[in-house]
Amino acid sequence: SSHEHKLNFKKSKEVCLSYIQDAMLQKQWKRAAEFLTFYIESLEKDFSTQYVGPSEMIWRIGTEILCHHSHSSVKEFNSFTEQMKTLGVKRYLKVCLEHAFHLLCNGLIDEAYQNLSLAESWRFGEQTAIQDKEMKLIQAYRGLLDYYSWSKQKAILLEHGQDGFEDLSVEQEMHSCFRKAAVNLKEIIKIPGVWDLFVKCYVDLLEFYGDHNEACQVLNEYAYNSKFPANPNAHVYLYQFLKRHGESKKSLISALKILHDIVPSHELMIDFNTMLQKSKKRKKRRLGLEVIFAALDYAGWKENVKAWSCLARQVKQIVISEKHLDWIKQEWNSRKDWWPAFHFSRYLAKRNWQENESLSYEKAVVAGILLGKDCKYFKYVSHQGCKAQVKRFRTLKKFVNKHNPVYLRISG
Amino acid sequence: RDFNERCAQCSEVNWGLTDGGRFYCRSCHNVTERTREVVNAEFISNTRIQTISKGLRKQEKTDGGCEWYVCEGFQLVLKKQAEALETLGVCPQMKDEILCNFWRRYLQKSKQAYCNRPAGETVKALSVCDSSTDVDSEPERPSLLHLSLSESEGDLQTDCSFASSTSRVSESTSVCSGSVDGSLYLMKNQREKLRMTMPMTLSFCYMALLWLREPMTLSDLLRFVVEGHIPYLNVFQHFPEKMKLCGLDLKIFCVESWPVYEEVYNKMLELAAFLDLPRFPDITDSCFLHPDMLCMKYLMEANLPDELHNWTCRVVKKICIGEADFLTLVPGNKSTRNVKYDVLAAAVIVVVLKLLFLLDDRYEWLLSDFAEESNKNNKEGGPYFEFKKWYKVIKCSLDVEQKKLDEERAKYLWRCEKPLFYSAKKKSKVLKRRQMVVNLQNQFGKLSGSVQPAEKPKPSSFQLSWSEENTDGSCFHGHSLKGILQEKCGLLTAMNPAYWLCTVKLCTEKLCGHLAHYREVDFPQSYHFVLRLFSFLLRIQPSYIHDEVCVIEHKLFNKKLCKKSKYNTGLRK
Repeated sequence: SSHEHKLNFKKSKEVCLSYIQDAMLQKQWKRAAEFLTFYIESLEKDFSTQYVGPSEMIWRIGTEILCHHSHSSVKEFNSFTEQMKTLGVKRYLKVCLEHAFHLLCNGLIDEAYQNLSLAESWRFGEQTAIQDKEMKLIQAYRGLLDYYSWSKQKAILLEHGQDGFEDLSVEQEMHSCFRKAAVNLKEIIKIPGVWDLFVKCYVDLLEFYGDHNEACQVLNEYAYNSKFPANPNAHVYLYQFLKRHGESKKSLISALKILHDIVPSHELMIDFNTMLQKSKKRKKRRLGLEVIFAALDYAGWKENVKAWSCLARQVKQIVISEKHLDWIKQEWNSRKDWWPAFHFSRYLAKRNWQENESLSYEKAVVAGILLGKDCKYFKYVSHQGCKAQVKRFRTLKKFVNKHNPVYLRISG
Repeated sequence: RDFNERCAQCSEVNWGLTDGGRFYCRSCHNVTERTREVVNAEFISNTRIQTISKGLRKQEKTDGGCEWYVCEGFQLVLKKQAEALETLGVCPQMKDEILCNFWRRYLQKSKQAYCNRPAGETVKALSVCDSSTDVDSEPERPSLLHLSLSESEGDLQTDCSFASSTSRVSESTSVCSGSVDGSLYLMKNQREKLRMTMPMTLSFCYMALLWLREPMTLSDLLRFVVEGHIPYLNVFQHFPEKMKLCGLDLKIFCVESWPVYEEVYNKMLELAAFLDLPRFPDITDSCFLHPDMLCMKYLMEANLPDELHNWTCRVVKKICIGEADFLTLVPGNKSTRNVKYDVLAAAVIVVVLKLLFLLDDRYEWLLSDFAEESNKNNKEGGPYFEFKKWYKVIKCSLDVEQKKLDEERAKYLWRCEKPLFYSAKKKSKVLKRRQMVVNLQNQFGKLSGSVQPAEKPKPSSFQLSWSEENTDGSCFHGHSLKGILQEKCGLLTAMNPAYWLCTVKLCTEKLCGHLAHYREVDFPQSYHFVLRLFSFLLRIQPSYIHDEVCVIEHKLFNKKLCKKSKYNTGLRK
């Protein structure tokens, strides 16, 4: 606090605001509310010369307090938000949108729908054009809620269908929801952006009504249009769609390629590698190896048995065929300095063996091939395995011993 | 003029006004007891008065408003302020005689009233626009507006220019203000006539208080204003219904900052000179404003030993600042430095503390330890004053009070129930806003939890008080200075042999406006602490007190400074 003894309107409201901020940061909602009551009169001199004028300040702060304060209710929140809507016409749609979000978060879906519908019908001269983005969002979310209704109707219909009832009104209702939803969802996903939920819902609708072409087109657009931000999910959705419809491996692989580039640690990499391994094309198999090595670079995959088994299978297969050892060499080159400590330490050997025998087995395969029979990991696990008289470990030991020279070639 | 009674002495009807506002017969110079106040309720002396007093105002406006002039508004403000001061204990004479007369004199001198051709008459020429004027062309009004608005409220400017351009220009009263002469009032060339402003109302009040030598310093007055005991902020609430405020009136009467000490003080000096007032009543050593008295008060408030008073009196005497000639205000006399009584007394105390404790962040603590030892051994008699203990107690209280004050600053409310609008068009918008504000305040007020104490704290001259009945030993009034004094040649002197000057050379006020430049980092922390204490009590910047300290030191050590001989001082870094 400064030891100033001067004070004017502007300064006193600045100081007040800093007290509000302090209280909010410390989650002292009562205190924040108290100081907010003194800040509110700045609405009476709101010439918005500052970037964030008092009315926006009050809207945002008030919302926070009402969200967190133990004594506040949805009714209070609604009444407050309604007042905020009248405060600034330039912000009207934004406030409506956030109001709807809040209602949705509190499970008040019908109210949210009403709010959105009301907002949709708002017109205010040139402001309508200026706030076009918010309007589109409002329509999109309303579309989403229409979808939600649609799926409820669908569920009812299915239930009745099972019971042998035919419900025409429900069906009609359902179709009308579909139409409403489809229109809005289609609009929003045209705009470059991240619309995961909207896309999923829209595709769901299209699939139900049998419009696979449209669905495919939508997903392709979403994934491949360069105007849209890079979005791993887009590729996932496309892949899942293609898989559902029994598309060729070729198209499935191509769908996952970019995903691998963006998110090498994605869980679908296992599927990807599996497909690639089986491919007849050499390039694809090579890619498969790259994919699975890349995935295992990530800590989240360290204990994933499936991933290790993929790698183990492929590496083993290469060793047996004695072709393309250079692939392994290439992949191992950048990893030989840190994978041993990362995956194949003695501590991990002990732990893996104790916790998950299969994991330790698969890892031992890989370790044995990449690091040779004398590496800590392999030695410990295979020893333990043989001691425990687990058959596959004995087989593994023999295998590694036989192919030990390979290791020398790889590590060289 | 309105007074039609026959003179008791000569039976003539030929009245004039004395300076004191009493009627006197021009024929026989018989002064009556009748004052203007009795004759008519308003003080504007021209033909308008008759219409006003007889209630024949033009009811031009359909909203029940009437014509009113800016100076009438100010008059009302002063009246309210004087009433409030009376409630605070100031003698009624202040309102009925002194302030009244000052105000009349001001009106006279500024030619707003009590003279043949009040300046207000020219207003009519400007505000009445020919009906033949094109609606689209604004004659001079917008440019007047642009000229007049010198402060930061550029928003007012836009609103008013909208108002003037959209409304019909043919109305005879100014569309930009509720008052008749609002726009004229803000024209720049008013400065020669010392245009009245809201801060100036406080200058008037202070001047009247000073004339009566009331026990209220300027810092007290301003503090009461901020605390709401004296109408200032939103004072227009007290205007009668028919006096409508809008447009430029807001610029004149609406206050959006706390009054500033320097501004009010300097205006008071200007005003006193403008009114050609004679030498004010003498400030003698029995007056509250005399340094000896004020020092006593501040020593008590600062919880310092009463014994220090001897020292303050000694300093006051030595540098002759206790003389009536020094202390009394002589308007227009530029050769004497004008005295800020509160700052002066505080500065004297600071100097005394420096004399006795040195305040170099070392010596005062050494002395304190010494006193502490003595206190341990000496259980009889009064305790010796320990600087350390005092520091702890005061720092604690000061921090608490400062924190309270800071929160009050954050919670300060500027708006009141009576809303203001720039123009009739804005009225509904403003009222809606107000309604929303009230609703929101209620909504969040309920969530605040604590019950809001709506009462203002009772006004008090003392902000800090200490009682000797407290057994926790937190009151130092009765403590003895024995630990830091010694006897030399029959006189008690300080053990401290040294002194450091705040500044070796004083600046010229004319060049930079200050006598010294205070920066906290350049001075010892104990010194800063003491300044901070008085800065809080007086609600002024520490630098003002520092300036005064410098002046006092220069007077005190004048000889030594002149000689430029060796002395135990140095400018601290």
